[in-house]
Amino acid sequence: MTLLDVAGLRTEFATPTRAVAAVDGLSFQLRPGEILGLVGESGSGKTVACRSLLRLLPSRRARIAAGTVMFENRDLMRLSEAEMRVVRGRDIAMIFQNPASHLDPVFTVGDLIAEPLIWHFGESRRAARKRAVELLRQVGIPDPAGQIERYPHQFSGGMKQRVMIAAALACEPKILLADEPTTALDVTVQAQILRLLLDLRDRTGLAIVLVTHDIGVVAETCDSVVVLYSGRVMECGGTQDVLTRPRHPYTRGLLDSLPTTAARGAELPSISGYPPPLDRLPQGCRFHPRCRFAIDRCRREPIELETVDDGHASACVRWREVMEVGP
Amino acid sequence: MHRFKFVLYRPIQLLPVLIGVSIVTFILVQLIPGDPARILLGAKATPEAIAEVREKFGLDQPLVLQYVHFMKNLLQGELGRSIIYRAPVLSVVEQRVAPTLFLLIYGVVLSVLLAVPLALAAAWRAGSSVDQAVRVFSTAGIGLPAFWLGIMLMLLFSIELRLFPVSGYGEGALSHLHHLFLPALTISIALAPVLVRNLRATLLAQLESDYVSAERAKGLPERAIYLGHVFRNSLIPTVNLLGVNVSWLIGGTVVIESVYSVPGLGQLMVSSIFGRDYLVVQAVTLMFAIGVILVNFFVDIVTVALDPRVEM
Amino acid sequence: MAVSELHTPRRLAKLHERLGEPPRLVYIGAAAVAFWFVVAVFAPFIAPYDPIAQDLRTTLSPPSWAHPLGTDNFGRDVLSRIIFGTRLDLEMGILGVLFPFLIGITLGAFAGYFGGIVDTLLMRLLDVTIAFPYFVLVIAIIAILGPGVSSFYISVALVGWVSYARLVRAEMLVLREQDYVMACRALGFGHLRTMLRHMLPNAIIPAVVFSMTDVVIVILLGSSLSYLGLGAQPPTPEWGVMVADGQNFITRAWWITFFPGVAIVLAALSFSLFADGLAEWLGVQE
Repeated sequence: MTLLDVAGLRTEFATPTRAVAAVDGLSFQLRPGEILGLVGESGSGKTVACRSLLRLLPSRRARIAAGTVMFENRDLMRLSEAEMRVVRGRDIAMIFQNPASHLDPVFTVGDLIAEPLIWHFGESRRAARKRAVELLRQVGIPDPAGQIERYPHQFSGGMKQRVMIAAALACEPKILLADEPTTALDVTVQAQILRLLLDLRDRTGLAIVLVTHDIGVVAETCDSVVVLYSGRVMECGGTQDVLTRPRHPYTRGLLDSLPTTAARGAELPSISGYPPPLDRLPQGCRFHPRCRFAIDRCRREPIELETVDDGHASACVRWREVMEVGP
Repeated sequence: MHRFKFVLYRPIQLLPVLIGVSIVTFILVQLIPGDPARILLGAKATPEAIAEVREKFGLDQPLVLQYVHFMKNLLQGELGRSIIYRAPVLSVVEQRVAPTLFLLIYGVVLSVLLAVPLALAAAWRAGSSVDQAVRVFSTAGIGLPAFWLGIMLMLLFSIELRLFPVSGYGEGALSHLHHLFLPALTISIALAPVLVRNLRATLLAQLESDYVSAERAKGLPERAIYLGHVFRNSLIPTVNLLGVNVSWLIGGTVVIESVYSVPGLGQLMVSSIFGRDYLVVQAVTLMFAIGVILVNFFVDIVTVALDPRVEM
Repeated sequence: MAVSELHTPRRLAKLHERLGEPPRLVYIGAAAVAFWFVVAVFAPFIAPYDPIAQDLRTTLSPPSWAHPLGTDNFGRDVLSRIIFGTRLDLEMGILGVLFPFLIGITLGAFAGYFGGIVDTLLMRLLDVTIAFPYFVLVIAIIAILGPGVSSFYISVALVGWVSYARLVRAEMLVLREQDYVMACRALGFGHLRTMLRHMLPNAIIPAVVFSMTDVVIVILLGSSLSYLGLGAQPPTPEWGVMVADGQNFITRAWWITFFPGVAIVLAALSFSLFADGLAEWLGVQE
């Protein structure tokens, strides 16, 4: 059973001269209880993709140009703004990278968590705040009853992220979009937050789209993964398949740059160069200027996703050779 | 409520400024050329009266001792006698406080009632025709001379339309509201553009904040986010701006009171200057300075109440 | 440190180079301001009548072809009086800003540069000055000096410097910590040279932007004081004086009061536009 079915999603930004696609042809399916990783470097379009799902684009210059996002037999991209609002926070919730700036500083955490309950379910403020205490306990905040009158700035970074998660979970959504939820946090706190997300999934069957640049995080938490580069899907499939048998040079590069026990002490190989700016995308495969496998065809035409195995696809013409050469 | 502890010790911190203010007001009168006793008593004073004043204010003593005399008298509410009203300065000034205070508060309330909806409408859709119109108002309004505006409003509403009295203060609160409507309106038209400009800019900046995205993701209606979150966050700098502007506001009332003959401190000050009633000028100046200090103190309290992050 | 890095990064002279094309608002504002200067300078050639000459045959006559903006109770041409009034009102606006500006930046620069006791004393003085409402302190000083335009200048200079001192001091405090300033000192440049040649041109920018806004404030202040009878004295053609003169005849001859006010609004607007454009161009937040 598919909970969320994204197909051909394309999000464009208007520049003075033309529109450039920050996300181009994103497709994936999400099942209940699944954790899907959207992974890529900064500028890969993963955050824009995540926000596009809820139609919360970061600027007025951005628009969703094509694609469908099917959720409960409805295409979210075709809903009216009012219908979409009912989906946000209630069916699909979202948490953000920097909890400190994403929590309104003049609201108590109790009110911030109670808010969606009041707006979506028409609960009284009192009932909603009672529920907020319960939610704070769920996300592992000690002494929850004593915390709801406090303000965001009185919490540590990790605790703020827990507050944001509590607010997101208030309406018991089916899907949680997590946009780099641990990037701004200390390593130990990162692990705690990830454990909390896993735990929530296990207890409630919540499906999670986890946006991250950290392939290590994907390895620890995700069931499936979509690798984005310059707005295009490079590779997707089950985490196990993709991370142990990458079928795209970009995925391979990301994996090679991970510090592993074996390579400790040695210099980490990383992908040379930088992702291209959106308004100067290369012809053909967008990764080819940085790719050591690139051949003429890669420079000429865009490479489409090709199924390489059951549920595993790669957008590389030489996917068979990717693992056959040393780093 | 430890964040409000500053209410207790702030008055002590303000002591140096208060002393400074008293020194300046003391020096003001010292600087008047001529025999101080004659200045204080007017041209027709008797020799006995002059001798008495010399004694009381220590006018024969060095400046520092005169200041000590001045402070001693000041703390006892003894500010000398008005030569025009032939009464203690304190009682003359006292009667004028209420109309000025009434006018100031009235003016601020009208300004806020005028500025907040305009700024909210303008920032709701930046660049829209509403926004453009509000911009024109706030740019043109900043250069409006209050005295001229007051006369024009008086001409239109009092003389032509006969809706409001031309001058005065009236008896009782309702009558005050009626009498002071045009003066307060004049003040608000002069003050509102500053508030609108600032509140609009703050609202637009706040709309770009991350928490707005987070609230949208919760599924709150845009209007609820705007009024409940963005506006509330924008209030903090706006209240501070009001505090900064109270000094200008008082300047405005001095002029407006003269235009509409409101029996307040400002009108008293101007008429006393022409009457060379220097002790009254001195007392009013002092009152206004204390007023500004009190307002800023009050603004600090409101800021702490509005913004949970602020520690004073 | 290389000598090339010692170039003061923000020089007024190189503004154009560094900031690029000024926004359109600067040109519009500059043109509007220039208009008033032209009117002031060429007043005798533009004005149809003598601004002070009384003509008791044509008192209180409404706007007409002969007198486009009407005449006042002495039969003086309102338009001519407004045109000549430009001279004094503009002068008040400019000098009423220039004196406080010069005093303020000097004190602010010294306090910000040297810090210590100089700075502490200045800040105390500043605190006390701003505790008084600007307008009230100005008229209190005028009360001592006696009404008149020169009292106005003295008074505004004594009160108005605080804004400039505060702006320049804040900038100096920031600049003092910057590498190129440290380098200037390390190279053995004197205090005065470091301060005047290398820091002040940068520290002064917010003060320059504010001074344009201040012109608007001071023009309004000057005309208000004249209206109250504390500034320019009749029969001088001055906009505030004209408004006050006309007020007695408001029910019969609105034009005497109305048009000088319009002149104030338009002059203030011109400087406001220029100030806004300048602030936008130089990237200074007010």
